[in-house]
Amino acid sequence: MQGKPIATLRSASGTPTGRLAVWWLIASEVVIFGGLLASYIMHRIGHPDWAYQAAFTDVRIGGFNTMVLLTSSLFAVTAHHYAEKAANWLLATVAGGVLFAAIKFGIEWPTDIREGNTLTSHPFWSFYYTAAGLHACHVIAGCAIMVWVQNDARHNRELQRVELIGIYWHFVDLVWIFLFPLLYIAK
Amino acid sequence: MSQPTEVTHGAHAHEHAHEHHGPQGAWETFLHYAWSTDHKMICFQYLFTGMGMALIGGFFSYVFRMQLAFPGKVVPFFGTVSPQQYLQLVTNHGTIMIFWVAMPVLIAAFGNFLIPLMVGCDDMVFPRLNRLSYQVFLLSAIILVASFFVPGGGFGGSWVAYPPLSARTDYNLSPIGCSMWISAVALEFVAFLMGGINFITTAMNSRAPGMKAFDVPIVVWMIVIASILFMCSVGPLIAGAVMLFMDQQVGTGFFDPGRGGDPILWQHLFWFFGHPEVYVVLLPALGIVAEVITTFSRKKLFGYRTVLYTTIATGVLSFFVWAHHQFISGIDPRMANVFTITTVLISIPIAELCFVYIATMFGGDIRFRTPMLWALAFIAEFLIGGVTGIWLGASGSDIYFHDTYFVLAHFHYTFYPIAIIATFAGVTYWFPKMFGRHMNERLGKIHFWGTIIPFNFIFIPLFITGSFGDHRRIYNYNHFPELATPFLQDLRIMATVALVVMLCFQFIFLYNYISSAFRGPKAEKNPWKANTLEWYAASPPPHGNFPVLPTVYRGPYEYSHPDRKQDYWPQYIPDDKEG
Repeated sequence: MQGKPIATLRSASGTPTGRLAVWWLIASEVVIFGGLLASYIMHRIGHPDWAYQAAFTDVRIGGFNTMVLLTSSLFAVTAHHYAEKAANWLLATVAGGVLFAAIKFGIEWPTDIREGNTLTSHPFWSFYYTAAGLHACHVIAGCAIMVWVQNDARHNRELQRVELIGIYWHFVDLVWIFLFPLLYIAK
Repeated sequence: MSQPTEVTHGAHAHEHAHEHHGPQGAWETFLHYAWSTDHKMICFQYLFTGMGMALIGGFFSYVFRMQLAFPGKVVPFFGTVSPQQYLQLVTNHGTIMIFWVAMPVLIAAFGNFLIPLMVGCDDMVFPRLNRLSYQVFLLSAIILVASFFVPGGGFGGSWVAYPPLSARTDYNLSPIGCSMWISAVALEFVAFLMGGINFITTAMNSRAPGMKAFDVPIVVWMIVIASILFMCSVGPLIAGAVMLFMDQQVGTGFFDPGRGGDPILWQHLFWFFGHPEVYVVLLPALGIVAEVITTFSRKKLFGYRTVLYTTIATGVLSFFVWAHHQFISGIDPRMANVFTITTVLISIPIAELCFVYIATMFGGDIRFRTPMLWALAFIAEFLIGGVTGIWLGASGSDIYFHDTYFVLAHFHYTFYPIAIIATFAGVTYWFPKMFGRHMNERLGKIHFWGTIIPFNFIFIPLFITGSFGDHRRIYNYNHFPELATPFLQDLRIMATVALVVMLCFQFIFLYNYISSAFRGPKAEKNPWKANTLEWYAASPPPHGNFPVLPTVYRGPYEYSHPDRKQDYWPQYIPDDKEG
């Protein structure tokens, strides 16, 4: 662990420093998404007519993407389980994330836009693109970090990061579990 | 934990050797400081950036106060002030002073300097994240300052940025400036989220062996609780900033009623953060004052655990008061009653803290050194801010006072003690540790009185003009016959003159600060004879802070213990030894 200060290696609270920090990161992210979704929910309650717009979202694509993302989380768990055997399970998680983003940006959003439902056409769609877009940013960032973590883990370095990115990935998953019913199912 | 007290790790030893080796070019020296991951260097980066921004914010206040006192006249060093410029000046004065002065100095600079030293470790847990946090902060400051120079000028829709004025560029007439402003604010939040995670994790995990939760100095607790408050409150406003940016530049209608949105939503998002933000900056200030008061009263802090629990209660309550900023925004009067009650409730823990500090001093061996004067002034002035808040927290009287200079004077009586007075207390108290030299005591006291007396002469007149109905956002009172009376205008001139006097005295501080940093008398390790761990390190502390990482044997405020010859009992000294 050359180059790390002693501060990083201490663990006075009993929880490893990295895991503690990831949980605090997630806490701050929960509030960011929480603020956005609370605003959206208040609007939906105040405007029952938004359901007409929501009816244009494609539950089949959304549902399939939910499955893709949940499956990728399963691979994050196996990656953690086999971390010391240098198996490449984390790349399977990355593949899931990439597939999710590809379906969203390659199929789903172009279809929405072709139907005339753009970012500025209605506040529902503003929320739809903002919330799903913010979530997609997290998916892409998570994939990039996982490639980096995988590269270290392959050489048996910084193995704890396999667990940390896994925690983050489950959080990204969980956000989608909230987004999917709120944006797609609630009509 | 294997051998935590052996400091033989590679990186710091290497950097240390590097520092003393051979001639270096100016570029290497610059990189050595600019790219340092050392928590003390990052403290200085935050501190000096904050001080630079304070000069800008102070200059803005000078320009718009001159315009209010002598409307239409040429302001020296600026020229005439147009209405649009006036609004840009007041908006950016507020934004800068809160987000680019109070936050970086009180939380980031003191947090960076104090947390690793006070919990007895060699650096923050994530040094590179720490550096990144400063760099994002610096970027945000550059974007904000650059926004004054783009076509249309800086944003002028007040620091609370209510839509639709802030959301529609055809209303606010600053098509680029308004988006640069909101981007800068959002980036600044991201910087402090990264910094906050670092502070919390360091304080939780890197404490010296033997340091239990109740052995942590109050200022560290306060910065950690403030970071948690910040983290829990800022998220909705980050989301709100993204939404506002898209309203301005993409054409969405989140906050625009004409396009199906809701402007009140922004007020909720803003104040859900904005009110806890008051406590985010207040708590570190209270912590600094606690350290100074115990040291210079030679007494144990009265009720350590009470202070801690009170602070946590304040933090929780601070999430339930935000709508008292919106009493005239069409809020349901029954809801206004609820927020009146929570607002008045939150004055109880804060009043309690003031009493605790007074009780700490009671019967103590008080030494009126410069830091102690600042700490005492903090309590006195903050008290005025707190008491005048009761009129504003009660929804009935707030409807009259809303958006008048009474409100302005009230929150300056809270923010000024926080961001200026407590900061001076901290800067003068830890100066010997930061630079290894003493500041000039006589100049320090001249600066103290030259700041405190004019401060009261600025804002007491504004309480009066406010209660006569002076509205906050008026550019020239001559346009309002009932407000253009000689009596009110004299009060405005008095405030302006006092401001100019106060600003002039700050140059004495700058002179004292800079000359003492280079030429002041040398300070020993523990010049104030204080107990906390930072005084165990050399002055100034080298890379890695401590020769041997300390072990903690007792709480931080064991002053005047009856069984000991000395009146202090540092945390790092074993029970059987004299210090």
